[in-house]
Amino acid sequence: MRIFQKTPFTVCAAVLAWGMSMGAGTAFAQSNDTLGKVKASGEITMGVRDSSGALSYTLGDGKYVGFHIDVCQKIIANVEKAAGKKLETKYVSVTSQNRIPLVQNGTVDIECGSTTNNTARQKDVSFALTTYVEEVRIAVKANSGITSINQLNGKNVATTTGTTSVQILRKHERAAGVDFKEVFGKDHAESFLLLESGRADAFVMDGQILAGNIALSKNPADYKIVGEVLSVEPIAIMIRKDDAAFKKVADDTIREMAKSGDLAKSYDKWFVQPIPPKNTRVGLPASETTRATWANLNDKPMEDYAKK
Amino acid sequence: MTLEWQVFLTDDGGGRTYLEWLLQAWGWTLGVALAAWCVAIPCGALIGVMRTLQGAPVLSRLGQAWVELFRNIPLLVQIFLWYFVLPKLFPAMQQFSSFWLVVIALGLFTSARIAEQFRAGIESLPKGQRYAGMALGFKTWQLYRYVLLPAALRIILPPLTSESMNLLKNSSVAFAVSITELTMFAMQAQEETSRGIEIYLAVTVLYMISALTINRLLTWVEVRLRIPGQPSSKGPSLTTGH
Repeated sequence: MRIFQKTPFTVCAAVLAWGMSMGAGTAFAQSNDTLGKVKASGEITMGVRDSSGALSYTLGDGKYVGFHIDVCQKIIANVEKAAGKKLETKYVSVTSQNRIPLVQNGTVDIECGSTTNNTARQKDVSFALTTYVEEVRIAVKANSGITSINQLNGKNVATTTGTTSVQILRKHERAAGVDFKEVFGKDHAESFLLLESGRADAFVMDGQILAGNIALSKNPADYKIVGEVLSVEPIAIMIRKDDAAFKKVADDTIREMAKSGDLAKSYDKWFVQPIPPKNTRVGLPASETTRATWANLNDKPMEDYAKK
Repeated sequence: MTLEWQVFLTDDGGGRTYLEWLLQAWGWTLGVALAAWCVAIPCGALIGVMRTLQGAPVLSRLGQAWVELFRNIPLLVQIFLWYFVLPKLFPAMQQFSSFWLVVIALGLFTSARIAEQFRAGIESLPKGQRYAGMALGFKTWQLYRYVLLPAALRIILPPLTSESMNLLKNSSVAFAVSITELTMFAMQAQEETSRGIEIYLAVTVLYMISALTINRLLTWVEVRLRIPGQPSSKGPSLTTGH
């Protein structure tokens, strides 16, 4: 105690913070030859999500399934062909907070979750061709009479912390001069609970997440997805930046799947048919924008979709 | 990867910069912590004293029940009980803002821990002090006001300092019920800006500054209240820190 009295803690704090930033600066250097790396190590690491709707989720027991995991498995099969050997696939569960650093530093080779392709992220990572287009929508209680975002002025609107929907609401408030009372759930299940318990009048979120939560609720008929599409976001598989050879394998696989109809078939399997573990249906046939993207594959960021 | 601190000067889409938002979030963190502290200290002192009363077994038991109730349920669960469950049982509580619900939850949770510190402080005093006070004809409240509490408070100031710092850091659970404090800012802003390292570093530094300020402030109080000749953590007899 006496020693510290003479040396202000603040100096220690500053030194520590500086040290951390230096460490971060060097630790993230990583070679950009994924094909060479997996060939040498004999294993490839897939970044997966615990609950990103039907795109990527866990069945427990270290098993991960979903639409994007199907696509990634096809890509890995083609990587094996290119490498000329069988690869062991490892799974790493990522979160929206750590997925980008983990791809950058080489912990994860290919991230198969629900990552929006936007220009800010393109500075750090690269994306395969867009395989799914997300539309941000509004879920309300069926008997609420709300049919449009304009009716939400002064109402409690729920959304989930750590999602782009929070920012969409904020931008909409400023642009339209309306005032939402935002309430934030810490995850989608809690945001839905806010709507269910009456603390919120609406839940604004990615359409597939709303559909999934409604499907799993006690009484799905009590809820409705209404109103205009608030934002359109291309969701894509994420890989390291400046790795043209690996991106080509991923993109070619997706092109092949789109051409053969496998992409649509896999989508149907996860978003329309009953899915494990409870054999429920998400009930969300491919939207027009998603189908348009499959017909005209691209890796444009979200900002390009907004212009249309 | 290079750090891009200018991210804090960009607009968040609602007409304010991330820096302004960060400072607002810091304000919420300090607000929640301070308000909860104002609930925790009086409640904790009261319950702690109740547990040491002699010849009042009902009050003593009540104090014990309070401590066990709030100490044995995880904080996050308590927050959800206050936020989701109690308003279902008592519809009037639906009018409470989440800020006050968090302040109550955090304050009562911490009060159980502070009560134990007060009890320990009072019980650490030699029995003779209580008896001397009684022999002088003090009423119970006078005994506590003039004899026991002044001595006990000085003894427990170091653990009270730790607990106050804990309270500040525990306020991060408020993000779970929609308070836009530092932790929520970190989760949200890193998603919007994709600059998680910068955001988390800034938030970490603010937490450290806040906790260290509390530490310095209460250590200053400790030194000011010190009675010459009495042993204390600053005295020559004890050299351990806290």
